[in-house]
Amino acid sequence: MTKLESALLDLLKEDCRLPLEKMAVMTGSSLEEVAATIEDMEKRRIILRYSPVINWDLTDRERVEAMIEVRVTPQRDMGFDAVAARIYRFDEVKSVYLMSGAYDLLVLVEARTLRELASFVSAKLSTLELVTGTATSFVLKRYKEEGVVFEGEESDRRLVISP
Amino acid sequence: MNYERFLNPTVAAVPPSGIRRFFDLASTMRDTISLGVGEPDFKTPYHIRNEAINSLIDGETQYTPNRGLLSLRKEISFYLQNRFRLAYDPETEILVTVGASEAIDLALRAMVSPGDEVLVPEPSYVSYSPSVIFAGGTPVGVTTLEEDDFRLKPEHLEAAVTEKTRALILPYPNNPTGGIMEKADLEALVPVIRKHDLMVISDEIYAELLYDGKEPASFGALDGMWERTLTINGFSKAFAMTGWRVGYACGPKEIIAVMNKIHQYGIMCAPRMGQVAAEEALRLGRENNYEDVTVMRESYDRRRRLMVESFREMGLHCFEPYGAFYVFPSIRTTGLSSEEFCSRLLMEKNVAAVPGNAFGACGEGNIRCCYATAVDKLTVALDRIADFVREVSA
Repeated sequence: MTKLESALLDLLKEDCRLPLEKMAVMTGSSLEEVAATIEDMEKRRIILRYSPVINWDLTDRERVEAMIEVRVTPQRDMGFDAVAARIYRFDEVKSVYLMSGAYDLLVLVEARTLRELASFVSAKLSTLELVTGTATSFVLKRYKEEGVVFEGEESDRRLVISP
Repeated sequence: MNYERFLNPTVAAVPPSGIRRFFDLASTMRDTISLGVGEPDFKTPYHIRNEAINSLIDGETQYTPNRGLLSLRKEISFYLQNRFRLAYDPETEILVTVGASEAIDLALRAMVSPGDEVLVPEPSYVSYSPSVIFAGGTPVGVTTLEEDDFRLKPEHLEAAVTEKTRALILPYPNNPTGGIMEKADLEALVPVIRKHDLMVISDEIYAELLYDGKEPASFGALDGMWERTLTINGFSKAFAMTGWRVGYACGPKEIIAVMNKIHQYGIMCAPRMGQVAAEEALRLGRENNYEDVTVMRESYDRRRRLMVESFREMGLHCFEPYGAFYVFPSIRTTGLSSEEFCSRLLMEKNVAAVPGNAFGACGEGNIRCCYATAVDKLTVALDRIADFVREVSA
């Protein structure tokens, strides 16, 4: 990764709405260079999406999240990848990770209601022939995500003027 | 009761800092975006804070040796050797102080006798001249010029020396200009320093904050200058540890011993908790190649570029600073004095900056803006300053 790529990723991670002109100034590069580098990183799928961090608890949208530990039977030739694909295709599934340790896949699931989520686990996930067991944990409260603290972000305690 | 006769007239005669007056004004405002700060916007890295918490839980609450924890002095010794090619013996040549400010005060009190002159390049940090006066000496300002990139030139140094001159304070990287002295610039001063038999108090508190590939240069690392130099540094700026108040002075053991005498009678020792935290900062830095510092430096550098470019777009002349975290644009074209500019900017646009003349009379015509503030706030502040400049120039 070049120095410019690394600097641009740092800037975008903080604020992906930062104008290209500003990013150019801040990295000491030309506008064209910045635009081309970002486009290149999009093409290479280093940058996949520009999405905000949302605190849904402050909205009126009903939403339930769970983390499900899944034990599976890996398939010949395909290992865990094929099983993971069977799982991540469901719309309810937000993230899937292959894990070391007591279980194989960690699946982050989101649904509107508890009932919906329960039915996803019992009717869709558990019934996959390669799934040998699940353990579901519901998210009760989110404190920090993507480096952002959700509540009680501290104010600037510095003196307004200091030498 | 009239207390005047109880007050030391030398101290009473020193005016309060120009920053103080402005601070009082700014404190009455709400929701001000402040570019007037003199400290990082980062919090102390958590692993450092956590080490201090653990030390409290473990009951490490006692005095330390006057000179500071030996383990910390060893880390400082390694750090200075590793980063700045400065060699100091942790047993006798390093003194841990309550911030770099105490180290400067001790250095002056240890070296200055009544009638001695101390050279202070200006614009510079507000405490040097008062500290010289409190030590019984006479501060002599040496103006540095923007056309010289605010570097101290040997001819200006030579012109300011008299037979009473005892020492030179070397404040680089510089607050408020952001100017730096590179190795060749420092070397150019050596003949003058030798000729007039001067000591140098090199305040290197911003030494880690250099940009655009500039290499750190310490006066004490120059050939033959170690014995003429007191190196002052600390943890406030590089490690975002301003409130911990931990700094240090390094130099020949004869001078450090006298400084320690004043320190031991007046202060006893720097707070242990701060020393433990400082040691962790250097210990982990040694292992991960000072990653905390690198991350902060890169972040400052992006904001530095944004600031310089934005002031230039406003039509203001802005010197390119390669050190510290300040820009020092000229506001002369607006026709306002530095104080008028800053007062009106504060009242009319709710943005605080510091008038340049707070850092010496030659700072008139400039303002100091600190860019250690989040980019979104900086952007708003810069937009407001641009509006203000347009309005007053119209």
